[in-house]
Amino acid sequence: MIRVNGDPLDWREGLTVQGILEARNYRFPLIIVTVNGQVIAKPDYGTTRVPEGAEVQVLHLISGG
Amino acid sequence: MIQVVFDPSKVMDIDITKRTEYHAELDAARASRKVLKEVAFTPSLPDKGYTNRTLHVDVGSLAVAEKPVTQQMKDIFIGGRGFGLWYLWQAVTPQTRWNDPENEIVISSGPVGGITQYAGTGKSLVVTLSPQTEIPIDSNVGGYFGPLLKFSGFDALELQGKAERDLILFIDGQKGLIRFEELPDAPVDSHVLGEVLTRLYAENEADLVNISVVSTGAAADHSLIGMLNFSWFDKRRGCVRFKQAGRGGIGTVFRDKRLRALVCRGPQVKGDLNHPADFETLAKIGVKYHKEIRENDPHQCMMRRNGTAHIVEIMDAYDLLPVHNFQYGSHPETHKIDSAYWQSRCAQQTVDGCWYGCSMACAKGADGLVLKTGPYQGHMVTVDGPEYENAAGLGSNCGVFDPDDLLELNFYCDTYGICTITWGTVCAFIMECYQRGILNLERTGGLDLSWGNAKADLEMMHQMARGEGFGRIAGLGVKRMKALFIANGWGDPQLINDIGMENKGLEYSQYLSKESLAQQGGYALTNKGPQHDEAWLIFMDMVNKQLPTFEDKAEALYYFPLFRTWFGLNGFCKLPWNDVVPKGNAQQPEPHKIPEHVQNYVDLFSATTGVKIDKEELINQSARVYNFQRVFNIRMGKGLRQHDAAPYRSLGPVTEEEYLSRQERYDGQLRTELSLDPDAMTLQEKMAAHRQWRTGRFEKLMDVVYARRGWTRDGVPTYARLKELGIDFPEVLEVVRPLLGDPA
Ligand code: SF4
Repeated sequence: MIRVNGDPLDWREGLTVQGILEARNYRFPLIIVTVNGQVIAKPDYGTTRVPEGAEVQVLHLISGG
Repeated sequence: MIQVVFDPSKVMDIDITKRTEYHAELDAARASRKVLKEVAFTPSLPDKGYTNRTLHVDVGSLAVAEKPVTQQMKDIFIGGRGFGLWYLWQAVTPQTRWNDPENEIVISSGPVGGITQYAGTGKSLVVTLSPQTEIPIDSNVGGYFGPLLKFSGFDALELQGKAERDLILFIDGQKGLIRFEELPDAPVDSHVLGEVLTRLYAENEADLVNISVVSTGAAADHSLIGMLNFSWFDKRRGCVRFKQAGRGGIGTVFRDKRLRALVCRGPQVKGDLNHPADFETLAKIGVKYHKEIRENDPHQCMMRRNGTAHIVEIMDAYDLLPVHNFQYGSHPETHKIDSAYWQSRCAQQTVDGCWYGCSMACAKGADGLVLKTGPYQGHMVTVDGPEYENAAGLGSNCGVFDPDDLLELNFYCDTYGICTITWGTVCAFIMECYQRGILNLERTGGLDLSWGNAKADLEMMHQMARGEGFGRIAGLGVKRMKALFIANGWGDPQLINDIGMENKGLEYSQYLSKESLAQQGGYALTNKGPQHDEAWLIFMDMVNKQLPTFEDKAEALYYFPLFRTWFGLNGFCKLPWNDVVPKGNAQQPEPHKIPEHVQNYVDLFSATTGVKIDKEELINQSARVYNFQRVFNIRMGKGLRQHDAAPYRSLGPVTEEEYLSRQERYDGQLRTELSLDPDAMTLQEKMAAHRQWRTGRFEKLMDVVYARRGWTRDGVPTYARLKELGIDFPEVLEVVRPLLGDPA
């Protein structure tokens, strides 16, 4: 299990940042992702593996009209 | 007039030269033109962002007067919305109503307004006493009027009094003339009137871009929800385009004054007309920002390609898109009105900025719409937008998912002079009343206002423009419709109040706030009513979970409304602040504030005015105006805790269907937040428990937010706060004294 924005999410072997965004349907383009406090660059979302027990923060910047 | 036959299969390949033209209307207007009075003035350009004078016009007596801008005005009120509120305060008394001659419409750009080096700098701020809320309303609008007015010689324009007959006010900043004219045969609706007046007042083709027209349309004569269109001439398309000062019925006040239009002819715009204190710094910040847009926007929000409509599908994905009067947050047909569609429907070959130098260029236009209904049936027109609010409000919130219907609704709202956000929420309320039997065919005069019936929606709008039938009732807005339906005994008063999405008399804008307590406050704990331009906190609160405590939410409801108020003091558009972010933003402290961009604004202000400020002073500038506006509301008999109350639909599920649509979430909350067992409860018991919990925490939020803002439990700014901000003028203290008691 990992926590994404404080809420639990099932962990599986090979889970990437991209996988988390898809699982959560996070489609907003202006986001900042940190895994255990470390900022992950956008090009690395598909290759960055998230360890079991990680604290993941997906910060959506404000936008809106 | 030239009529064209439209082939929808050619929609992606539109010959925009075939747009309907209005030569006969121009000739008729020209022939009927009558000058009533002409007054000379000395045109002047600003110095460090200010011309240091404003123009007062009494449209009843046709008197004009110049007023000096005092240092105190600049120090305390800065410009734009601040100047508007200050002048309005002096013009009215607590007894003044929106349709009294003393009420003013004040238009002002702000000191930084009109610079061309940075994106989003051409806004005008419009302030008046609203017919809907009966307190000051402020609206931030694009188009060229505000900057051209300033470059003609005036930091603000006050319009007071009432004319006897329809009037055009023409301010010629090239020749130094102010003229009152009558054009009895001028068209009424904005898309024709704007085109006609632009061509009438421009001296030649090259002069067209120096003209901006402020107008409204037929519906403003018969409703309380009229808006104002601010024009600019789109050189590439060869036609007039508009941005809207939408909220609160400003267009209704305009028509009540018998104003048909304002026309400003400014000098040719150049990059240094503001005579800034430090031009190099402006240029440097601008170059950096434009590069950022060019490099980052294609991978971020794609504002240049999609405009604000890019968030339609995002709001749907996050369960935040208003569907069927804010009951639900997503809909299976959203894909029909999402950004992919608008990308193909809106012209991409043009840079669509609503003021010079806006590299964000989000003011999209959909060309080649052939109208199917109403007085312009068969005309081919260009529609501005649709912006997100229009797609959500006129579309999903009313169950309309046909994009051409949506464009037609958008077009008629604009040309008739109705706020699209307001109309979306008005119509959604009516459709839900129809669904629940509060309205029926007999009560609507034969209009079948079922979800998604765009034809009936359009017919209701045409009726409003003609001042007839149920359309006239719709034009009263949600608050007065609620009272009417209840008085007529047409339904359960509690249900009607719960589902009528208004606060202070203003309709909610188009985001679902039910699952974000901070946004519930962001809408209801506002000065003018529930418009998201004060605070948009849904992602921070609901998705990011950055605001777990009441104190965190209160801090956000302190900072963001003040930060965003500042745009309106200076003539800025909000979008370039956070619809693109610089590289490296993620590594900054508080990245959600986009700190580099905030610093840009600090530097732009200092470089224009020569007054050095920092990020803290930026917030203080806003706080002075924001708190002054709160006291103004109190002066008008509102502005207290009771007036910040929110309809229950904005706080939680009103109906069983709504509860069941999110049962898992709501049952879960009963377990985790209230330690209740939903399996042992009836649906009614669960809904009652939610209602008690949700209204209770909203009340608590009010307490904590008021305390953070330096207000009493009743929402009144304290003596200490007013003194700290330097707005403890005698007339301000006189307003709060009966509520606060004598100062200690
Ligand atoms: S970002 Fe859009 S609305 Fe704002 S100034 Fe630029 S074009 Fe106009």
